[in-house]
Amino acid sequence: MTDEPLLRVSALSKFYGSRVGCENVSIDLWPGEVLAVVGESGSGKTTLLNCLSTRLLPSSGTASYRMRDGQWRELYRMSEAERRFLMRTDWGFVHQNPADGLRMAVSAGANVGERLMAVGDRHYGRIRATAVDWLSRVEIDEDRIDDEPRAFSGGMRQRLQIARNLVTGPRLVFMDEPTGGLDVSVQARLLDLLRGLVTDLGLAAIVVTHDLAVARLLSQRMMVMKDGRVVESGLTDRVLDDPRAPYTQLLVSSILQV
Amino acid sequence: MTDIATYNFAYLDEQTKRMIRRAILKGIAIPGYQVPFASREMPMPYGWGTGGVQVTASIIGPDDTLKVIDQGADDTTNAVSIRAFFKKVAKVAVTTETAKATIIQTRHRIPEQPLTAGQVLVFQVPIPEPLRFLEPRETETRKMHALEEYGLMHVKLYEDIAKHGRIATTYAYPVKVEGRYVMDPSPTPKFDNPKMHRSPALQLFGAGREKRIYAVPPFTDVVSLDFEDHPFEVQTFDQPCALCGAENVYLDEVILDDHGGHMFVCSDTDHCEKRRADGHGEQPAETVKERA
Repeated sequence: MTDEPLLRVSALSKFYGSRVGCENVSIDLWPGEVLAVVGESGSGKTTLLNCLSTRLLPSSGTASYRMRDGQWRELYRMSEAERRFLMRTDWGFVHQNPADGLRMAVSAGANVGERLMAVGDRHYGRIRATAVDWLSRVEIDEDRIDDEPRAFSGGMRQRLQIARNLVTGPRLVFMDEPTGGLDVSVQARLLDLLRGLVTDLGLAAIVVTHDLAVARLLSQRMMVMKDGRVVESGLTDRVLDDPRAPYTQLLVSSILQV
Repeated sequence: MTDIATYNFAYLDEQTKRMIRRAILKGIAIPGYQVPFASREMPMPYGWGTGGVQVTASIIGPDDTLKVIDQGADDTTNAVSIRAFFKKVAKVAVTTETAKATIIQTRHRIPEQPLTAGQVLVFQVPIPEPLRFLEPRETETRKMHALEEYGLMHVKLYEDIAKHGRIATTYAYPVKVEGRYVMDPSPTPKFDNPKMHRSPALQLFGAGREKRIYAVPPFTDVVSLDFEDHPFEVQTFDQPCALCGAENVYLDEVILDDHGGHMFVCSDTDHCEKRRADGHGEQPAETVKERA
């Protein structure tokens, strides 16, 4: 373990004209740590995630990332080529809608292999073997390797998207509502899988969700957002069991009991 | 008053030719890069070689000798009419002999006879973007070219092997030019890809509908993309040309009758005729007549 964080964000703000996307957000994320960002829709979670993953450029603030060679790089000062390279090697991005993160018209194997080919692997046999391995790790049968994701169910698509992101062994994964739109039993399996993968691979992750149960299950730390600002942050169990900010108390008490 | 002098030399006005020449020069300076240009309406439909015709019109001079081929043949509609067009509007000499031509406009073949320095090969291109069927957004494909993100091209080849057990792309086979840009060699059979590599001739590509020009300067590396364990290979044929007996050339299948009769003959008609004139092949009188 290292004492140094992986990602350091300070005073990040994003404005859409005069409207606030997110304001004055600071985060330190350590290797292997899962941070959940919760809040109602419109609270700026997705804007924050898009800024952190450099899919959006913030209006102000800085974010630095510790590269594999130990060098700190400022994300918003990197060239587009470097950022895109980072995006497909050391990072992953799991979209809420798998169709946004997958190529629906090419086979599952090619979806998993694309990142490998993008970083220069030119050996078909090796790429295919890696794809088979990853499909089994996300519990997709090997004989579905040549099927297109449009023939897959929602849960399978989401698992395929995860495999596609993890194949290059990233150290940081961004997830936007990874279980959104899935029914509860499928959700449970996916969460189980994600938890296993995150622990096995020592991934750091930032998970945006409005589902507090997902946050409880996946994350060690948690940030609650409201109107673009962070209203409370801390250890997940502490925030959920002993919420201090009035908004967090409201949020926690709004959970439906079965 | 139907005098041909009413046309400017080679049909296009001089300003347009300058604009196209600038695009060509830029294309030559950046091998394999697609240069946008203001494609003009031509007196022929899109898809019939409007891009190639504009490139030819911009580089042709009164002393040039033009050859036009369509799928290797000098005697098909497209080739005959484009040749007649330039004979009329530029009054240039035309030929069917590869060696005598200074400019060869081609649709989907490269002549069998090796080209020489000083010759220009002009390709007609329907879809210049090799990534188009994988990534429909032009903004995105341009970015991919700019950042040299070509992993997607191999995704297509991967899909081929996964579905067919081998790279099943047989034409418009993607190439990498001078180690930088991935380029669509136009729908030539992949059989012709090796001929583009370090060719002494200048190769120009015009896409009229898509408004793009690109180029491969003489002696430029043109490498077909492949996998280490599935290397690039060209088509091979079991038998030689039925007319001239040539081997290691690209053959067309010609249907002879309604009873399944067929034969394989050279797709390059000039090459075939020249070989027969030199006494190659058995020349069964029957089939030759049938073809003529």
